[in-house]
Amino acid sequence: MPFSQQARTRLEADAAEIIARYPRSRSALLPLLYLVQAEEGYVSTDGIAFCADRLGLTEAEVTGVATFYTLFKRHPVGDYHVGVCTNTLCAVMGGDAILAALTEHLGLGNDETTADGKVSVERVECNAACIYAPVVMVNWEFFDNMTPRKARELVDDLRAGREVTPSRGPRHLCTWREACRILAGYPDGQATDGPAAGPPDLLGLKIAREHGWTAPSADRDPGSVPAEEAQ
Amino acid sequence: MTDTLTPVLSAHWDDPECFTLASYRRAGGYRALARALDMPPDDVIALVKDSGLRGRGGAGFPTGQKWAFIPQGDGKPHYLTLNADESEPGTCKDVPLMMANPHALIEGMIITSYAIRGGLAFIYVRGEVLHVIRRLQHAVAEAREAGYLGRDILGSGYSLDIVVHAGAGAYICGEETGLLESLEGYRGQPRLKPPFPAIEGLYASPTVVNNVETIASVPSIVANGAAWFAEMGTEKSKGFGLFSVSGHVTSPGQFEAPLGITMRELLELAGGVRAGHRLKFWTPGGSSTPIFTEEQLDVPLDYEAVAAAGSMLGTRALEVFDETTCAVRAALRWTEFYEHESCGKCTPCREGTYWMRQLLEDLEAGKGSEDDVARLLDINDNMVGRVFCALGDTAGTPAASTIKYFRDEYLDHLKQGGCSFDPSAANLFAATEA
Repeated sequence: MPFSQQARTRLEADAAEIIARYPRSRSALLPLLYLVQAEEGYVSTDGIAFCADRLGLTEAEVTGVATFYTLFKRHPVGDYHVGVCTNTLCAVMGGDAILAALTEHLGLGNDETTADGKVSVERVECNAACIYAPVVMVNWEFFDNMTPRKARELVDDLRAGREVTPSRGPRHLCTWREACRILAGYPDGQATDGPAAGPPDLLGLKIAREHGWTAPSADRDPGSVPAEEAQ
Repeated sequence: MTDTLTPVLSAHWDDPECFTLASYRRAGGYRALARALDMPPDDVIALVKDSGLRGRGGAGFPTGQKWAFIPQGDGKPHYLTLNADESEPGTCKDVPLMMANPHALIEGMIITSYAIRGGLAFIYVRGEVLHVIRRLQHAVAEAREAGYLGRDILGSGYSLDIVVHAGAGAYICGEETGLLESLEGYRGQPRLKPPFPAIEGLYASPTVVNNVETIASVPSIVANGAAWFAEMGTEKSKGFGLFSVSGHVTSPGQFEAPLGITMRELLELAGGVRAGHRLKFWTPGGSSTPIFTEEQLDVPLDYEAVAAAGSMLGTRALEVFDETTCAVRAALRWTEFYEHESCGKCTPCREGTYWMRQLLEDLEAGKGSEDDVARLLDINDNMVGRVFCALGDTAGTPAASTIKYFRDEYLDHLKQGGCSFDPSAANLFAATEA
């Protein structure tokens, strides 16, 4: 569907802001693709035409970029896009079993969406949360230390519209489109929600405190700032 | 002798507000910036050179030297680009660092940009970590509001802005020239080097590309001195680093320690291999680094000793696998990853990962022949050194290094016509949880 005149005006204003962040306009292409994905839920041919028009590129140039990156979807996904890590560590720790449980529970294949449009499931690569394995992502928020049972409950809650809270994220889980808008560079005001770190992130610090282990004192280095100024 | 653990970057992560400007300032944050802005930029570069800080993104290149490569007085804009595309399997240090302590990164970026005479800096952060991106956006806004970014920072006459730029799901953008291509709005395909980014980087201008942990370490060096930093670590691998112990251990976690700590020490801190099991293999620095076994538990985890033992320190991503893990399955999954993430530019990598994945699939299923094991090694030999970037150079590592230590296990799959490992035995949850 081509954008309505109203939507187009709004998106053009956003696009101008995004382009202004960069010394050269083409650098705005990835955030612009997120912008149109936030509008429609995926990168449609109309979305591609919009980006091309704003940046003075051909549609082929934009398509070539959009199809290179996994996070740009060329078909609609669910309001809640569930990514199950099946890279080696998560797979071995249970990611394979979680993916199998979810696809069976929802009757979906990889990268498919439920008929109600609520949930899609995709196997994803390592998400930099290995000390929390196995890891599931929903709209790129962390759901740590998952099990098949917890994953089934999670998607049931999402489909039923019940609030779910990420392990290390904000209280309110964004929809897919809302998440894409943040990725385009428009914060949603939830940055200060959620913990600074999870327990495994703090394990080394906890052990260091118990033993009185610290970095050397800056005092030993003549000419440095006083210890109370050291961070 | 320094302590076993030396929390610096992680020293305040247990403050629930750690990610805010107020908390960072309470802990002494942004005082290093004021100090740096009082120094001539070249003195900042010299200080970081003297500290011995080396790149924490895996390659270990001396950081101060990298900055010194930026030509001065060339009339071109200079850029700092943060590589926050953390995607190497097993690697999970930058994401918690940015989540908990984004201001250390921003303070480091301002100091670094000042040193290289940059006027604009970018954080290229992977897109799949939404809350980390929120925290970065928020921290940049807070820093701007407080006058640490923008025009005439702290009255120094120096001006800088930072743009948070989300990647879109491509491991290859962790390669510095792939990252720059992506930031310019193209497919993230690596460039031929030379020219190196220090000469022709972003928009063909001199550019420093540094890892998150590297730059976040800079304020502590400026605040405490080069000698303080060099007091930690080993002869050629100075300072501290985050060691991320994951997998089949009692308590996975982050441990900030001087470089040179051993895996035996780290395993003990993580409570050892999970109860009733024994260590089979581990990665010292993510899936691109050849695996180790219990033989290397006492190797000091620094750049030199790990290389001498036949692997790479990489990103200190210590993935631990016990005896329930099938080495062929592990190699297959990592190879699938490299196949998926190969950008397709260089034929040996694009085709090689595609062939290797198929051969490994067959081998895991007990099909194929012993010749296929030799074929995997042959394909790997034809990738290494015949590609533009490190992805292709290391994509065959999981297969090659598991064959090195577990060749018999590959052959057992052929003899038995399949895999004899029970995947549920390797899971972390009991059958009742399934």
